Amino acid sequence: MIENNLLTSVQMANFVADGLLVFNELIPAEINGEVMRELDEKRINFGYEPQGQPFENLWTESQGIGALVRLPQVQGIIQSLVGPDCLYDHHCPHRVGPHHVDGQVWHADAIIDTRLHFDIQLFYYPHDTPREMGGTMFLPGSHLRRIHETDIGRYQNFRGQLPIVCKAGTLVVGHHGLWHCAQPNLTDRMRYMFKIRLNPTVRQLLLWNTEDLDDPEIPNILFRNHRWYGNDDRLEYANRIKFWRFLIGDENFDAHYWLTRIENKPERVAVHA
Amino acid sequence: MPELRQKLLVLYLQNPGLGSEVTAWAIYDGTGKEHHTTGDSDTPPYTTVLDAMKDGWRVIQFPQQFPAYPGMELTTSYLRFEYILERLEEAIHD
Repeated sequence: MIENNLLTSVQMANFVADGLLVFNELIPAEINGEVMRELDEKRINFGYEPQGQPFENLWTESQGIGALVRLPQVQGIIQSLVGPDCLYDHHCPHRVGPHHVDGQVWHADAIIDTRLHFDIQLFYYPHDTPREMGGTMFLPGSHLRRIHETDIGRYQNFRGQLPIVCKAGTLVVGHHGLWHCAQPNLTDRMRYMFKIRLNPTVRQLLLWNTEDLDDPEIPNILFRNHRWYGNDDRLEYANRIKFWRFLIGDENFDAHYWLTRIENKPERVAVHA
Repeated sequence: MPELRQKLLVLYLQNPGLGSEVTAWAIYDGTGKEHHTTGDSDTPPYTTVLDAMKDGWRVIQFPQQFPAYPGMELTTSYLRFEYILERLEEAIHD
């Protein structure tokens, strides 16, 4: 079943370009309802479970969060990005209370992380989240920037920032480096967002459905500009190509001759006539 | 004499040129009149720093430019072209 739900190469290229994938209304209504019951009745531990344990050990009896992570579609997403036997890093049922007018400061989770290997974070919205309720604000394409947590807290707005305004059951999967912040909740209801971080235990190499690996659109996707980049867009393309090389295990891959040019260091001595 | 307070406008540009496009922005209002927070607008208050100057904002900080450290030529991090502007406005009185 997982094999039928793996991501495609085009989806993976979008993940490399944007640092996130959005799956609108992926989770069925009955599971969303059960998750809300688990949250309201605190049937799910709001604190961390023991970290670094096999993810499959978690929530085995749960018909809400547990059923969600066992869905073949969710398993396919996880398998494509971090592979089999991933580890539980932490989870957190995030809540923003009613009439909360301040947005959270922009941040990336954890610390400066120089790996090409990456963790994923699942951001799950168990109920409808209109804009006045906030949603999480994401900054597409920010995941490869080397920053430390809230060191970006002076920023407020970016061209191209993406508020998650969604129906119940929407799942966002993000790279661990993605910049984000909770948005104000101007309604009179509590807002929930359930987050789970997962670590790989295998080399993240061609873990997805690679039938479309040679899709001609992939180089163009890797060159997607985000309007907040300014002149740094060209550096982002270089870093994405390096990331894609890592994911497909091909150090010769290039898009639009970008790295080939600066890696060209001929040593052949010219023969003069 | 009115009590004046500082209002700051932080603009991040496409490139170091003051006429280049604003790509990110923030407002910090010391007068207490306005409340700003993350994600509170989708369009910048000005298209360029130059436009803000024409509207009376004074530039009080230019970003320094440094060559990349060896080995970090392709590294991206914070927004590099950050201009801080100010206006002095009358404060709210309690």
